Amino acid sequence: MRIEVNGVEQDLSPGTNLTGLLSQLNLTPERVAIELNMEVVDRKQFDSALKEGDKVEIIHFVGGG
Amino acid sequence: MTFTNAQLERYSRHILLPEVGGIGQKKIAKAKVFLVGAGGLGSPAALYLAAAGVGTLGIIDNDVVDLSNLQRQILHSTQTLNQPKAESARTTVSRVNPDVQVIPYQDKLTSQNIMQLIEGYDYILDGSDNFATRFLVNDAAFFLKKTLISGSIFRFEGQVTVLKPTIGPYPCYRCLYPEPPPPGLVPSCQEAGVLGILAGTIGVLQAAEALKEILGIGNTLGGRLLIYDALEASFRTVRVPKVANCALCGPNPTITELIDYEVSCSLPLH
Repeated sequence: MRIEVNGVEQDLSPGTNLTGLLSQLNLTPERVAIELNMEVVDRKQFDSALKEGDKVEIIHFVGGG
Repeated sequence: MTFTNAQLERYSRHILLPEVGGIGQKKIAKAKVFLVGAGGLGSPAALYLAAAGVGTLGIIDNDVVDLSNLQRQILHSTQTLNQPKAESARTTVSRVNPDVQVIPYQDKLTSQNIMQLIEGYDYILDGSDNFATRFLVNDAAFFLKKTLISGSIFRFEGQVTVLKPTIGPYPCYRCLYPEPPPPGLVPSCQEAGVLGILAGTIGVLQAAEALKEILGIGNTLGGRLLIYDALEASFRTVRVPKVANCALCGPNPTITELIDYEVSCSLPLH
């Protein structure tokens, strides 16, 4: 299954969800915001499966100044 | 308002731009910008906004200048070590441009004082170093219908966006980040490393967005988040939509008053 993560195409096994994708990328869910096809995803929906052609933007929680 | 000959000369490279001109330069001279933090982001932003001739700069910071600040906080110097940052900022800014009225606040922003402090300003520029302040500033700016220019940095990554949910179909900070991250998950401000130059890049971008908002020119970062990766030398812009059921700026808000969160600082990337 081909999806786009931060503008870069990636091959994922079918059925992968956002939690699985974050885990593959070694990212902690509480430390990021995610947009799926231009919509901000509620943290409670990170378990819904991704599908072919999805566009995912992972945005780090950055708070320093 | 009439410019003196010296001011016409000082701002001539702005006035020469058709998009600015004398009218635009007067808008800049009348503008009041409130800077949250005189640190890494507030430093370059204050310097460029002052050089640009912004009429009034309010600068709030509760800290004193520490040696470890000087790698990136260019408002301060070896000569102003141990001085309150707000005062050190005023000294530096006044040297750059005495036309600018600098109002230093040696204070910490809280739910108790923020509304009163920012009420008289047109634009808020957030360069704070913790999420508690970021959410407080976002919420207060929303309640007072102020445009907020938000910047943040951590390690090698910086983010900039313009938040003006009461002015058009734009998101607020909570549309992207509904709640602060759990405090236990983050290192303290002092533990977090940051490439000093990153503060300059992001702070100057914030100043650019503030000037564009003042002048009403170009496409500002309303509804878009600009992400800069210094290691990759790459800029990425992500569209940030307004969230229909946002707890703050949505039609049925559950957040109707200011919240003092526990202070938590930046996050590691992994």
